[in-house]
Amino acid sequence: MSTTNESPLKKVCIICAKGTIEDVYATLVMANGAVMEGMEAKVFFTFFGLDAITKKQMKRIKTATVGNPAMRAPGGLPFPTILGMIPGVEAGVSAMMKSQMYKLDIPPVDEFLEMITAGGGEIYACKLAMDMFKLEKEDLHEEVKGVLTIGDFYGKCGGDNTQIIFT
Amino acid sequence: MATKTYAGQAVEVNEEGYMTDASQWNKEIASELAKEDGIDLTDKHFEVLEFLRAANEKGETLTIRRVGKSGIVDIKGLYQLFPGGPLKFSSKFAGIPKPASCI
Repeated sequence: MSTTNESPLKKVCIICAKGTIEDVYATLVMANGAVMEGMEAKVFFTFFGLDAITKKQMKRIKTATVGNPAMRAPGGLPFPTILGMIPGVEAGVSAMMKSQMYKLDIPPVDEFLEMITAGGGEIYACKLAMDMFKLEKEDLHEEVKGVLTIGDFYGKCGGDNTQIIFT
Repeated sequence: MATKTYAGQAVEVNEEGYMTDASQWNKEIASELAKEDGIDLTDKHFEVLEFLRAANEKGETLTIRRVGKSGIVDIKGLYQLFPGGPLKFSSKFAGIPKPASCI
């Protein structure tokens, strides 16, 4: 075992404000990775990030094909933005992204949330964004522990060796 | 790389304490490895370890999701068996390399 003077990370608090596949999955992978390493993880979904925990939307999240300069066709060929505007392209690209992920054993969003809570992680929704989008607690997946103000969420982010991450 | 003695047998381990030769493994070694991390192995633990060893031999990518779908234990149960490291501890006690997996 290598020796180091660093004290290990104990808790990560992750805030997800966007609803694209990459933002949502980055959040889920980081939260799940934390609990798998024995750390605490608290996740706060706000604004468009709420799609990831809203029953109606969680299976439909997509990757943006417009305004995404890193978007390339398979094989690394350029993917002109104008193609991304064609109806159905965003859905097709998103389906392809998801199929690639499932091959790596990355689960769908609902199952991922269950994996995180199985390890003791906690999932929260932002009250302000819920009010904005006219959502109720019943609209959210069962694994969501509560609807909080950002102040309440910060209240859960205390303690030594805690990091807040904004995706 | 170091040689340590577990259950009266010389065992090769890497700097993180993972065995480097899965064929040196036996149940007594597993129990002693687990004790170092404060875990007493039961039959249920061994079922998981055997599953991991078999999957590793086949060259499969190991994830907690795979174990959760094995029918041996669900993911919540896996966390209860190996608190603080469902995959990193179970693979360590199974005598296989630490899975390079984020899930």
